[in-house]
Amino acid sequence: MKPAAFEYQRVTTVAEAVKLLRDAPDAKVIAGGQSLVPLMNFRLTRPSLLVDVNGIKALQHVVWDGTYLRIGSLVRHQQIADHAEIQKHFPVLAVAARHIGHWAIRNRGTIGGSLAHADPASEWPAATVALQAEIDVEGPQGIRTVPASEFFQGYYSTVLQPDELVVAVRIPYPKFRLGFAEIARRLGDFALAGAFVEDDGGQGFVTWFGIADKPVRVHTVLPDNMEARREAWQQALGTLAIADDSKSRRHLAVQMAERAWQHSRLEGGKYLSEEAAGGDPL
Amino acid sequence: MNSKVPLKLTVNGETFDIEVEPRWLLSDVLRHQLGLVGTHVGCEQGACGACTVLIDGKPERSCLTFAIQVEGQQITTVEGLTRGEHLTPLQESFSAHHALQCGYCTPGMLLTATALLEQEPHPTEQRVREAISGNVCRCTGYQFIVDAILAVAGDTKEDVR
Ligand SMILES: Cc1cc2nc3c(=O)[nH]c(=O)nc-3n(C[C@H](O)[C@H](O)[C@H](O)COP(=O)(O)OP(=O)(O)OC[C@H]3O[C@@H](n4cnc5c(N)ncnc54)[C@H](O)[C@@H]3O)c2cc1C
Ligand code: FES
Ligand code: FES
Repeated sequence: MKPAAFEYQRVTTVAEAVKLLRDAPDAKVIAGGQSLVPLMNFRLTRPSLLVDVNGIKALQHVVWDGTYLRIGSLVRHQQIADHAEIQKHFPVLAVAARHIGHWAIRNRGTIGGSLAHADPASEWPAATVALQAEIDVEGPQGIRTVPASEFFQGYYSTVLQPDELVVAVRIPYPKFRLGFAEIARRLGDFALAGAFVEDDGGQGFVTWFGIADKPVRVHTVLPDNMEARREAWQQALGTLAIADDSKSRRHLAVQMAERAWQHSRLEGGKYLSEEAAGGDPL
Repeated sequence: MNSKVPLKLTVNGETFDIEVEPRWLLSDVLRHQLGLVGTHVGCEQGACGACTVLIDGKPERSCLTFAIQVEGQQITTVEGLTRGEHLTPLQESFSAHHALQCGYCTPGMLLTATALLEQEPHPTEQRVREAISGNVCRCTGYQFIVDAILAVAGDTKEDVR
């Protein structure tokens, strides 16, 4: 099948995009198109108007000011993986970015599109929740800032209104080290399970993806003893509404949390290495 | 809403003045409007990689981009890898290593590998496998494709020495 007919408008400012979205109720933004176009190709969605935001320069910056990392919504997954300052100050984001789809998908797909799409198996929604980021959203009334923990509402669902645009993500410098791990059937596939873990020394937080309908940052104790830690992951998991609950899913969730914790303890170049946080068979 | 709009599309260094419906995928415009049928279409959902082309030098899915979106950008298809009849060293290497059987995946593999070697002339085997992980091959079992790419990387290494 091919996409149904639509009108096409290119914009260069957020204000223009918002106006078009407000005036045409079944209009849609197209950013990377890596989630939207497959849906259109199968006619699972048929917007009347596509508002192409790729020409909005103001959404394409990565700015690190020593306290916050600000990533414009149009920044591509591959740019995040390759960004020198992100690798240095937020290495967990660079590692996570490498696990999103394949190279060709990462070259076009954007962080803003991923957040708006809110696939529960996606890396970015979980990353923003794990790192306590804020998401800047612009609509007809101006800009509002939504904590990531309140942005995601469930499967493919967010607080974003149809006439609002994600403009940027603001991520505070993490006080503690984070680790990341995910497992997929093949390199580049969506995760079967994945986790971000923050180790604050003896305790910390775990944020899973691919496990529940949305990412949740769960507090947990982090004992040194591995058996005790596995027990802690189980307990943390127990607080979530697990999708398609099964023994294997719980097993993967515990494995990924444990691996993410181990990743958080790697030093220097090893932390960013190709093998780190990889999803080799368990 | 089905009305066509004029579009200047730059493919393999040549600019074409054509008319497209906004809903036409780049993959379909390359094949049906420009007759560049080297770009193959497998899944139309981004998963198989057969439709991979280079947009401003980077591998992207032509089935997940509307032609109207890429005005002013440089598109490279498999037909644009060489001028005339000869093959690139990578294409020669694919032939020498039996890196294709039915050939359906080959254009996407070649473009992805070309971009990889451009960016990283001496990739490790793991890097090669990661780069082509988005290109499905149902015939070869991948090993010969990896061999073919690594052989070219090796060649260029010798050239440097
Ligand atoms: C084969 C394949 C494998 C993939 N694997 C993964 C994976 O492992 N992990 C992963 O996370 N993703 C994966 N993806 C999806 C990819 O990451 C997408 O890039 C991402 O989900 C959406 O970003 P986009 O820029 O392409 O958005 P689009 O497809 O352009 O848009 C997606 C949705 O978000 C809306 N939207 C886009 N931008 C904005 C904005 N700024 N403000 C408001 N609304 C907006 C659109 O209207 C649309 O509804 C994969 C995709 C493919 C095709
Ligand atoms: S046809 Fe484009 S990825 Fe399969
Ligand atoms: S050679 Fe047949 S699909 Fe790769």
